Amino acid sequence: MNKNTTEIIKLKLAKRYAKEKRFKLYGISAIAVSIAFLLSLLINISVTGLPAFQQTYINIEVDIDSKLLKLDSQYSEQELFRANYSKVVKQSLKAMFPGVKGRKQKRALRQLVSKSAIYQLRDFVIDNPSVIDTKQSLWFLARDDVDVFMKGGIDRSLPESDRRLKDFQLVWVDKLLSENRLEKRFNVSFFTEDDSREPEQAGIKGAMIGSLLTMLVTMLLSFPIGVSTAIYLEEFAPKNNKWVDLIEININNLAAVPSIVFGLLGLAVFIGLFGVPRSVPLIGGLVLTLMTLPTIIITSRAALKAVPPSIREAALALGASRVQTTFHHVVPAAMPGILTGTIIGMAQALGETAPLLMIGMVAFIADVPQGITDPSTVLPVQIYLWSDSPERAFTERTSAAIMVLLGFLIVMNFLAVIMRKKFEKKW
Amino acid sequence: MNFGVIITALLVLLLLGYFIGRKRSVTLSKERSQKLHSLPQYYGYLIAFWSSVPALFILLFWAALESSFITSAIVTQLPMHLQQLSVDEIGLFINEIINLSNSALIVEDEVKRQAVSRYNELIEFSASIKSAVVFILAFVSMFVALSFIKPEMKARNLVERLIRWAMIGCASIAVLTTIGIIFSVIFESIIFFKTVNVFDFLFGTHWSPQEAIREDQIGGSGSFGALPLFVGTLLISFIALVIAVPLGLMSAIYLSEYSSPGFRSFAKPVLEMLAGIPTVVYGFFAALTVAPFIRDLGESLNLSLSSESALAAGIVMGVMIIPFVSSLSDDVISAVPQSMCDGSYAMGATKSETIKQVIIPAALPGIVSGVLLAASRAIGETMIVVMAAGLSANLTFNPLEAVTTVTVQMVTLLTGDQEFDSAKTLAAFALGLGLFLTTLVLNIISLYVVRKYREQYE
Amino acid sequence: MIDIEKREEFDIEIDKTVGKPFIDDAKFSTRNVDVFYDDKQAIFDANIDIGKNQIIAMIGPSGCGKSTFLRCLNRMNDTIQGCHISGDIKLDNEDIYHKHQDPVLLRARVGMVFQKPNPFPKSIYDNVAYGAKLHGLASNKIELDELVEKSLIRAGLFKEVKDSLHKPGTGLSGGQQQRLCIARTIAIDPEVILMDEPTSALDPIATAVIEELMIDLSKKYTIAIVTHSMQQAARVSQRTAYFHMGHLVEVNDTNTVFTNPEHQLTENYITGRFG
Repeated sequence: MNKNTTEIIKLKLAKRYAKEKRFKLYGISAIAVSIAFLLSLLINISVTGLPAFQQTYINIEVDIDSKLLKLDSQYSEQELFRANYSKVVKQSLKAMFPGVKGRKQKRALRQLVSKSAIYQLRDFVIDNPSVIDTKQSLWFLARDDVDVFMKGGIDRSLPESDRRLKDFQLVWVDKLLSENRLEKRFNVSFFTEDDSREPEQAGIKGAMIGSLLTMLVTMLLSFPIGVSTAIYLEEFAPKNNKWVDLIEININNLAAVPSIVFGLLGLAVFIGLFGVPRSVPLIGGLVLTLMTLPTIIITSRAALKAVPPSIREAALALGASRVQTTFHHVVPAAMPGILTGTIIGMAQALGETAPLLMIGMVAFIADVPQGITDPSTVLPVQIYLWSDSPERAFTERTSAAIMVLLGFLIVMNFLAVIMRKKFEKKW
Repeated sequence: MNFGVIITALLVLLLLGYFIGRKRSVTLSKERSQKLHSLPQYYGYLIAFWSSVPALFILLFWAALESSFITSAIVTQLPMHLQQLSVDEIGLFINEIINLSNSALIVEDEVKRQAVSRYNELIEFSASIKSAVVFILAFVSMFVALSFIKPEMKARNLVERLIRWAMIGCASIAVLTTIGIIFSVIFESIIFFKTVNVFDFLFGTHWSPQEAIREDQIGGSGSFGALPLFVGTLLISFIALVIAVPLGLMSAIYLSEYSSPGFRSFAKPVLEMLAGIPTVVYGFFAALTVAPFIRDLGESLNLSLSSESALAAGIVMGVMIIPFVSSLSDDVISAVPQSMCDGSYAMGATKSETIKQVIIPAALPGIVSGVLLAASRAIGETMIVVMAAGLSANLTFNPLEAVTTVTVQMVTLLTGDQEFDSAKTLAAFALGLGLFLTTLVLNIISLYVVRKYREQYE
Repeated sequence: MIDIEKREEFDIEIDKTVGKPFIDDAKFSTRNVDVFYDDKQAIFDANIDIGKNQIIAMIGPSGCGKSTFLRCLNRMNDTIQGCHISGDIKLDNEDIYHKHQDPVLLRARVGMVFQKPNPFPKSIYDNVAYGAKLHGLASNKIELDELVEKSLIRAGLFKEVKDSLHKPGTGLSGGQQQRLCIARTIAIDPEVILMDEPTSALDPIATAVIEELMIDLSKKYTIAIVTHSMQQAARVSQRTAYFHMGHLVEVNDTNTVFTNPEHQLTENYITGRFG
């Protein structure tokens, strides 16, 4: 190389290194952007959702007057159940705010407490009949507007017409606050109640049970089918067989078919043709099974492929049959990988929404499903339903439900990682 | 007897069969002082199989067909004027009968009362016949199988053959699923295209499915022009790819070529977390945070932005598919042989020059197939667009306006309570057909390209 | 049982490099070079000079460190994680591991040909033009065309490919691919060419062509070749270095090494008592 060439190269080096630096910067910024987005999503959801884990309760001096309840001295259980508790609550509120006049204000007064107060009072009285004709200081769920106010969601400085709580309501709230009659507590009912039209009463128990049942169906079907398929394709299937090729192409393609299409399949075949009822965990589980199968098959095959052939040869050389070799040696060795894949598949299914909308799991369901043929909804669909509701208090609950869902997913993925780490064998 | 009880009984029978079969083989072998061909448990497996599995299949088969048989049996007994109703109306009528029979209400209408009692009779009859058939079959097949047991019988081979067939059956479910998908979308689509011209559907520019119901499904042809949906889908998917491809590719390049192992082991799982977040969460985030943010940003730049702009949905969708692009690119970049990179370094190329001029050209087929898969993912993505994109079918390429997509319309058409065979639901299946075919083509090309690519470096 | 620890053929003390490791007018000179992969030492105290316009062959059994040593000379080991080097390696009396020394410039000056032909996934033309384009050596298309043609002629490949310059380089035969890699290397006019078993993947005819080419190139370039084949070393090189388990055992004129080796290990190796 003559000096000249070296000089030419040297001249351009600075520029080339600048380019190199810039390129590297692009790379790190691409990662930074992705991570920043992830963080902002998680932080945003947490900030919105955390308040939902607390709930405002309101303390009322309840005068459980038998006259207001319309109960005689001799009452049957049924009468006790049907008694006019609503009136009692109304009167007790009136007694606390004697100055309230006018229909509008009276209605607003009633709306300080949740509608569930009536049922809460009823259950309380049925459990303790001795409280009739006594005064009791009881805590009830506050209405969502009061709850939002307590969590700082209503700005006093706004003009009255832009506020969910009007001036006179704010006066009441202030009075309650000064008497220590408003309190934020941990929101147990979010986990123990079903869906409701009233945000303060809405919980995710129904959706969680629905998800659990759906996952149960999915797991019971997809694990055996997926693993058998993987074992067949990896250990037994003849090579260069048209049918086997077709199966493989189908699996790879199904892995990339949009999930909503599986919903159409469920609607047309399972509901339309086989008459499986709509909106139930059974149909949800069937559809999610078909959707998860490719994931389980592909990961299980990878796990089986990672078992070295020497293990098979060793077993075969000792006189074991192919089936025995596979089930006694290969499958146990691949089990951690297979289970990891199954957990990942289940996590996918747990977060899936679109196909379930197609098969009617989107209906409003206020009862906890008792079995796989009871109408139910699942956690992600519940999130979708709540996200559509205009009430501020539902936004908060949507985020909280997302946090619960993400919590489950993180636990599942964590399990998968631990399983992979703990049982990973180096051959 | 209900379904669960029968299943439990069959499971008990299965266990019983195992022990009987096992015992029988041992006894026989002792009686005839003949060595068993296989271990005793294989005879047990065999009997267990025959004592429950055929019966179980009959049970499932029965359960699948029961409802349609009962329905048609009721329909044939209905008065003539009811039989002549449309399919939808008969469906509604049957639903009512089923609901009535489940409730304790007293039925006023004579026709309905008869139908209800007939329905109840049929259900009861079917249930008793079903359990009789299932149990007779179970016992018969168990005893026939028992009578075949001999010590020289090759029980292990038979069991292994059964296992193999069971596995083939499981593997075939993938093919059945595809067939199921194709048939479920094709049949409904054919009915749909009888009322709506295919070309009007594909190239029509006006989409408003609501009108079809009002005009009694006649003038539907004008309002099922799906072009705005296709354009909307493409627009949002394009925005998503514009976000995801550079970010995903650059992340993959950085992680595989530049980063230290420590950073890689942190950043890779974090990127993969993006793929693990349910789409409904992205949808909520897009609608609640990203869309208002982009609208405000647009306003501060004096742009008029719809709060359901294609941009917001596209950006969030783009972030969602970053991990697809990055993990697929990572795979193909790692597959480029090290010797090729060494050749470039030995010529005095810098790292970025090697990446740009050697690695990317070498990995290009793999990257392209990754992008195709990402595109197929974007086109089929549902929840983000349902929650963050609009419902109005605007034919526009402007990312600042609201557009709607194929998947949004499918969800809109199929949720809510409408009859199964209305033009609206059928339109959803026609859209589903289009969606399935598009993604199928993308997937197949991508799988083909990636397979060719792998062969090249193996 | 075979006790692999006690084999007299190669269980011999290596004190220091014997023969004539140092010469006047050296292109490369290395002093006290140790190479480590993480904690494992791959090269122990290598001292050798490489003469200008000469071919030096490095031989030795598998895993003896000869390739590792070669890759130190153009800092290709920088790309391997966990690899670190101590000692001095000087090219024209400049320390190539000095912190101001630029590996990109160094590699332009010290070219390398690899064991497996590794043409880029580009056309033949672009393969040869690659370095020139990177370093901006040609100011226009005509100059570049000229450079490509010259390099291909020099590598003895031009006649075979002149009609298919724009076909992919990967479509050539193994021997042609290797000559393409040589053409690509000489297109940037390096001072030294390192060859890492350049013919081990080729058939005898292609090997002979490459060997002839090497001898021809050595008139202008300094060449260091690592080879598995002692015969090849004898055929092409002027000097030969024998490596054993990371130690540089003996360096001498090729003739001397093969006819009258000084060290017992060298003799055992070239007479085929192990290897």
